[in-house]
Amino acid sequence: MTDRYSAFNVLREGLRGHKGWRPAWRMPEPQPEYDVVIIGGGGHGLATAYYLAKTHGVTRVAVLEKGWLGGGNTGRNTTVIRSNYFYPESVALYDLSVKLYEGLSRDLNYNVMFSQRGMLVLTHSEPEQEMAARLVNAMQINGTDAELYGPEDVRKKAPLLNFREDARFPIHGAVWQGRSGTGRHDAVAWGYARAADRLGVDIIQNCEVTDFLIEGGVCKGVETTRGTIRAGRIGAAVAGHSSVLAGMAGYPLPIQSYALQAFVSEPMKPVIDTVAFSPACGTYFSQSDKGGLVIGGGLDRVPSYAQRGNLPVQEAVLSGLIEFAPVLSKVKLLRHWAGIVDVTPDSSPVLGPSGVKGIYLNCGWGTGGFKAIPAGGYLFAHILATGQHHEISAPFDPARFVTGRLIDEGAASGIAH
Amino acid sequence: MQRFPCPFCGLRDEREFHFAGPAGKVRPDTTKAVSAEDWADYLYTQPNAKGVVREVWVHTTCQEYFVMERNSATMEVLGSTALRKDAS
Repeated sequence: MTDRYSAFNVLREGLRGHKGWRPAWRMPEPQPEYDVVIIGGGGHGLATAYYLAKTHGVTRVAVLEKGWLGGGNTGRNTTVIRSNYFYPESVALYDLSVKLYEGLSRDLNYNVMFSQRGMLVLTHSEPEQEMAARLVNAMQINGTDAELYGPEDVRKKAPLLNFREDARFPIHGAVWQGRSGTGRHDAVAWGYARAADRLGVDIIQNCEVTDFLIEGGVCKGVETTRGTIRAGRIGAAVAGHSSVLAGMAGYPLPIQSYALQAFVSEPMKPVIDTVAFSPACGTYFSQSDKGGLVIGGGLDRVPSYAQRGNLPVQEAVLSGLIEFAPVLSKVKLLRHWAGIVDVTPDSSPVLGPSGVKGIYLNCGWGTGGFKAIPAGGYLFAHILATGQHHEISAPFDPARFVTGRLIDEGAASGIAH
Repeated sequence: MQRFPCPFCGLRDEREFHFAGPAGKVRPDTTKAVSAEDWADYLYTQPNAKGVVREVWVHTTCQEYFVMERNSATMEVLGSTALRKDAS
């Protein structure tokens, strides 16, 4: 069976009718016991399994997914990858992710199509431009790339934006991060799944966790729709459904679940080769390789577990888009979707012990989980393998809500998330 | 577009409402010492249930706070109750 993806093997299999490929992952029956069970077969869960096996040599690992791989938010996002945050803790975390993404296609032998096309965060007034300068300085001090753009720099990167004299929100400049970009979201899930499977991880789909097995105050495993599975340590990486698991096991979470919508337009000729975000207009967009505009914005304001969006936010996001890129006003939408995201009070993730012995958390990524998949998986694998924090994950321990040492990126970098 | 029932104004556009938090939280008694854990629990812990939820909402146009019961998975509204005793 052909396993490795290469130009030679694609050519050879093409000549043989593609009959010799080894399936990307097995469909194993769950074993009665594992060293580590990860709940959630999205990007974070699969990446955690991969780094557990690869970096820590822990291979008796199962990933339990209630639906199909990457069927949650990993397959429902706008694929932006960036590290344009304010606080040192956040830049350390998200820049680790960008760095891992930079080598990911080679590492996984799977093309995740990370395109470092750069990202513009636009400013529309002098005070906003001053705050942008502050963010650029902070990013540079924290060791990631950032440049402060004036209006002419923005016009060179994205001439289709609204540079009219009578623009309601004239463009004053932007924060530019050239290493930002977009990736192929499904490929990230599939690439991690395939690589983890090759290292011996069992990926078990259609297996929903229905309860935790708690003995003497310690979690010893999970009850699932496919039977009882015991485990040394359990990691929960279920994004918007984190509170549902917390309710089963009885640990507190500072999370509220909301729907986040995104939109894709009909495919068209290339109009923009970067990611453009206008916080004032509440909208960002990029263009996919297929030609569709991928458009995102803020959260729905009604707490929700329904994977569908509401009309007021659609109206706000799309009217924001035609405000800062009016040339797109005639473009038709092809489809739209919503994912359930886990929002924390400080818009930063939660990594670490849950409060119930044996259960560990990877959640609270809110609207920005996709960009953090490699770092989330890398750090969560460290926590699950060693029982200790990595120095980058330590500030994101849930204890910060008791000590008051929050990492408030919602306020600091002005990025609603 | 969903419409929510304000106990004072009747069915109104969802854009007029703002989610204020889960119902039933009691602010710690500040006449006594309050531990950091109790403050954290009050300020940050959310029940965030999937299914039937009881929440405090404010109707921003009339500025009245009220309790709304709804289903967070189907988005069906089950009812709303004024927080003040007499809604008239």
